[in-house]
Amino acid sequence: MLKDITLGQYFPGKTVVHRLDPRTKLILVIVYIVALFSAKWFVTYGMMLVTLCGIIAASKINPKVILRSLKPLLFVIILTGILNLFYTQGQILVKFWIFTITKEGVRSAVLMVLRISMLIAGTFMLTYTTSPIALTDGLELLLNPLKKIRVPVHELSMMMCIALRFIPTLIEETDKIMSAQKARGADFETGSLLSRAKALIPILVPLFISSFRRADELAVAMECRCYHGGEGRTRMKQLRYGRNDYVALTGGVVILIVIIVLGRFGL
Amino acid sequence: MTPILETKNLSHTYGAGTPFQSDAIQNVNLSVNRGEFIGIIGHTGSGKSTLIQHLNGLLKPTSGEILLDGRDIWSDKQFTRETRFRVGLVFQYPEYQLFEETAYLDIAFGPKNMELSQEEIDQRVRRAAGFVGIPEENLQKSPFELAGGQKRRVAIAGVIAMEPDVLILDEPTAGLDPVGREGILANIRDYQKAQNATVIMVSHSMEEIASNVSRLIVMNHGSVAMAGTPREVFAHARELIAMGLDVPQVTQVFLRLRDMGLPVDTSVYTVDQALEVLLAQKGGH
Repeated sequence: MLKDITLGQYFPGKTVVHRLDPRTKLILVIVYIVALFSAKWFVTYGMMLVTLCGIIAASKINPKVILRSLKPLLFVIILTGILNLFYTQGQILVKFWIFTITKEGVRSAVLMVLRISMLIAGTFMLTYTTSPIALTDGLELLLNPLKKIRVPVHELSMMMCIALRFIPTLIEETDKIMSAQKARGADFETGSLLSRAKALIPILVPLFISSFRRADELAVAMECRCYHGGEGRTRMKQLRYGRNDYVALTGGVVILIVIIVLGRFGL
Repeated sequence: MTPILETKNLSHTYGAGTPFQSDAIQNVNLSVNRGEFIGIIGHTGSGKSTLIQHLNGLLKPTSGEILLDGRDIWSDKQFTRETRFRVGLVFQYPEYQLFEETAYLDIAFGPKNMELSQEEIDQRVRRAAGFVGIPEENLQKSPFELAGGQKRRVAIAGVIAMEPDVLILDEPTAGLDPVGREGILANIRDYQKAQNATVIMVSHSMEEIASNVSRLIVMNHGSVAMAGTPREVFAHARELIAMGLDVPQVTQVFLRLRDMGLPVDTSVYTVDQALEVLLAQKGGH
């Protein structure tokens, strides 16, 4: 069912991971990605995996939820794995018809699949443990220097915040519209590709219309509360770095350096 | 006579096996006879919407069964699909599901999915439009330029055009003005009488329920708390209030009268009944 999609969902909690400053978490995600791409071999990958598992355990988010979040991208992951498996040159292990599997192929397939899965799981940890508002607040503050070159940072982060906020609403709405059209005999599951694409029209049209209506209503509601962009706007919740943030940032950077160094040695 | 629609020990659990697991309905036993006008009341989250989505096979029960004309609707795939057409379900705010270029085409969506002939579709669309009071000239307009009440009528006509044996409406008058509400209710009553159709209506307005239905089902915490004629149910006014539900205003007045010492029957629920009781009371003195 559509409701099972957890994209961009926030699981409220009070753990250390939840309480970190969103800026810290954003920086750490970037550090995490850089580290992930610096990892070369099983030692460094292992370190990354341990780090990720540690973060997941500390956040008390059910590992099943994380696995489920990988599901929509399963196709991409598998495809990458297969391409790496067959298209890497090297020492031949198996050969049949036009396919050859090499030792290097197996190795890079395993590592690529691990890398993509960890990339997705790691970035999802950010949205799972940070409320959309905190996330965009953090992003806005991090990007603040760009205001000097007239990038509308506040407006962009507000847009992102609204987009994230409305994902669950839209999913719910889609579910409702699908049920209503099914009640009138619409069929989304059978038929040729073309007829299935056509069957989407009765869902997409109402969905677009209601999105525009929502956007309109939201704009009016924001204006009613005197929203006028970022200029001179103050915050109810001021973000402050705490001891935990410094510890987490230091830890992240240390792991990054270790992985880069180990990567140099091909580990 | 077998009831047209029946549920046996119907239960549904959302998100079974996840931390969000919740029992939406438990052991609901209902039987609906042909030609009945049934009302379902219950506060938000009492399982009304979940229940009605089972009746036309949109939701699959976790346990228990739903019988249409004595046959389990999940017994085979073909029959499940047939059930969708034979039990028409009008959702809350159905006008948000309109999508076609003209009102006519939107009403024709259901019949088209039934693979009827062009002629039959045309007849059904016009008949349905007639029942709910959509003037001819509105049929060729885009549903999005119509006024709120007309939009809702187009959406209801879209379900009626499938000519279902059972018509289920989830709060058909929500968000309409008083004239629009009474108009739509009158349309539904007319349709029910003319077709001898079975109608199930979910509503929050006790007045609407009281003056329309022949039988009333009260849902509370996912199970049927009370069932019977409006008079029988509203006689338990205090229990209804304890469940967080309203009783019709007339009944409220009579409850107060009784508290003040007047020995009146508190199961009245319409103004006419009230008048009768009060006149009898006056004549008696």
